[in-house]
Amino acid sequence: MSKHEQDLQKVVDQAIAQQKVPHVKFKKIDPESVDLARLTSQSKETRQERWGKGLTFLAIVVIAILIVAIIGFVGVHGLATFVNNKVNIFHFLFTSSWNPSAGKDHVGAAAMLVTSFAVTLLAALLATPFAIAIALFMTEYESGKQTRLLQSVMELLVGIPSVVYGFLGLTVIVPVIRTIFGGTGFGILAATLILFIMVLPTITSLTVDAFKVVPKDLRQSSAALGATRWQTIYHVVLRAARPRILTAIIFGMARAFGEALAVQMVIGNAVLMPYNLVSPAATLTSQLTSQMGNTVMGTLPNNALWSLALLLLIMSLVFNFLVRLIGKKR
Amino acid sequence: MNSKKVDRIATGVIYLLVAIVILILVGILGNILIAGVPHLSWHFLTSISSSFEAGGGIRDQLFNSLYLLVLTLVISLPIALGAAIYLAEYAQDTWVTRLIRTTIEILSSLPSIVVGLFGYLLFVVQFGLGFSIIAGALALTFFNLPILTSNIEQAINGVPQTQREAGWALGLSNWKTIRGIVLPAALPGIITGVILSAGRVFGEAAALIYTAGQSGSTVDYSNWNMFSPTSFLNVMRPAETLAVHIWKVNTEGIIPDVNLVSAATSALLVIVVIIFNFGARFLGNWLYKHLTAAKVK
Repeated sequence: MSKHEQDLQKVVDQAIAQQKVPHVKFKKIDPESVDLARLTSQSKETRQERWGKGLTFLAIVVIAILIVAIIGFVGVHGLATFVNNKVNIFHFLFTSSWNPSAGKDHVGAAAMLVTSFAVTLLAALLATPFAIAIALFMTEYESGKQTRLLQSVMELLVGIPSVVYGFLGLTVIVPVIRTIFGGTGFGILAATLILFIMVLPTITSLTVDAFKVVPKDLRQSSAALGATRWQTIYHVVLRAARPRILTAIIFGMARAFGEALAVQMVIGNAVLMPYNLVSPAATLTSQLTSQMGNTVMGTLPNNALWSLALLLLIMSLVFNFLVRLIGKKR
Repeated sequence: MNSKKVDRIATGVIYLLVAIVILILVGILGNILIAGVPHLSWHFLTSISSSFEAGGGIRDQLFNSLYLLVLTLVISLPIALGAAIYLAEYAQDTWVTRLIRTTIEILSSLPSIVVGLFGYLLFVVQFGLGFSIIAGALALTFFNLPILTSNIEQAINGVPQTQREAGWALGLSNWKTIRGIVLPAALPGIITGVILSAGRVFGEAAALIYTAGQSGSTVDYSNWNMFSPTSFLNVMRPAETLAVHIWKVNTEGIIPDVNLVSAATSALLVIVVIIFNFGARFLGNWLYKHLTAAKVK
């Protein structure tokens, strides 16, 4: 018996000896039958608590391991191009001759990078005014029925699978572009229009949140100064919500940058530096989607594709970082 | 120009932009449904797809989509639930917790093609599973986990703190309070979150083309032996889903009725997603009304 338990035994004995309340039956808890081991061990509740906490923490660990594994695996395979195949990283980033099966001098991803950024920026530029208009409509102009209707419209737009957008682009947008501008109709313009619809709900819902957190007092003060609704919106609401709107746009851009199938179906899949908006091109994602199945693991063409995947991953991290940066400044 | 005029013009522009967006959505939905629904016959749903002739159906793709969805939810729900409970109830605001939250955010913003390629690398190549349903389900799990976790965490956070205090006041442990009080109260929100993420999983294709594969094997629906290669329940067989089917017939373009098949399949996908969306809302509200004493907001 340890010192601590001896002390405890003493306390228990003393308490029972000094017991004065008459209606408590002593016989059942006389000093000999006090089970110290049971008193000092963990209760069932504590054990359950520990189990529950442990189990739920395990789930967290699984997710953490997962992200590390993704970055690790894609990183190792993506870097193989530069480590094993000795491709110059600047060559990879800034030249646009893409034909990896012809050797390491033809591994230049610049055309795809430019196209990826072009469709992303154009889609975001096109979607932002619409998103802000819808968000203003929902928060400043109308309420109740109209807002709920628009809300469900946006939710439906989010819910439509990306291949369905790709199919629509293929059967509706591409032919229209072909009749107006000539050529094949495939290219950056078609991809931009598809991505515009796909990122619109993302940017809109985050912009709505941005307007909702602008305090009512600000609007009322502005109105009290005699400002019209638009003056209030332009000088007060938009200004106060600016960092959050920027975050919303970046989220939209992240989605556009990573979208694969819809873009792949309408962009034409020709790895060329785009010279106008209706010439066939290829983005990082479209190239990955259409070529990954045609290469053999471990060869240069395959490694080069993994480098594209790594670029995508890095850009995704950069978008995350930007969101954080803006969040901190706020 | 005076400020009143500007105000009127701005209002006009905003209403115009909103109208354009509504027109776009009506156009999209109309286009999909009008082109697809007439072709959506019982025969189309129950016959196998053809690889080069017209007149193929989508029976296997439909089953594969549902099977993958169920498997994905079975794998991802316990993990997401555990992670969400930890984040909402146990996690203190330390650098570890912040790191974990960042991790989940990063995972949720990863392009699905990257998730799919990771699944390809790990399961198809490294573990030698080949293109298989189980590889697809695991890739979809990665794709689904972050969103599901944050949905469930929100639902749990929505339970009033007084409910927990009531549990503690009764002498219940933290864990018992969570299991017996918090989770039932959060159930409507959790179910809504699960259904919404199910809609996303159902339409996902990019994560699947290199994990579950782009072809189907011959499937026998009367073979209930999970380990038989022809069984419909076998998780090691390659399986093409509805969304992947649309992508494949359009990029390969071998079958002559590609537009009809894709339009009908798209219509089916959109209808299912709409059902999921509204179902989530109705079921959530209904459960909220019947399981809790609170009024529906």
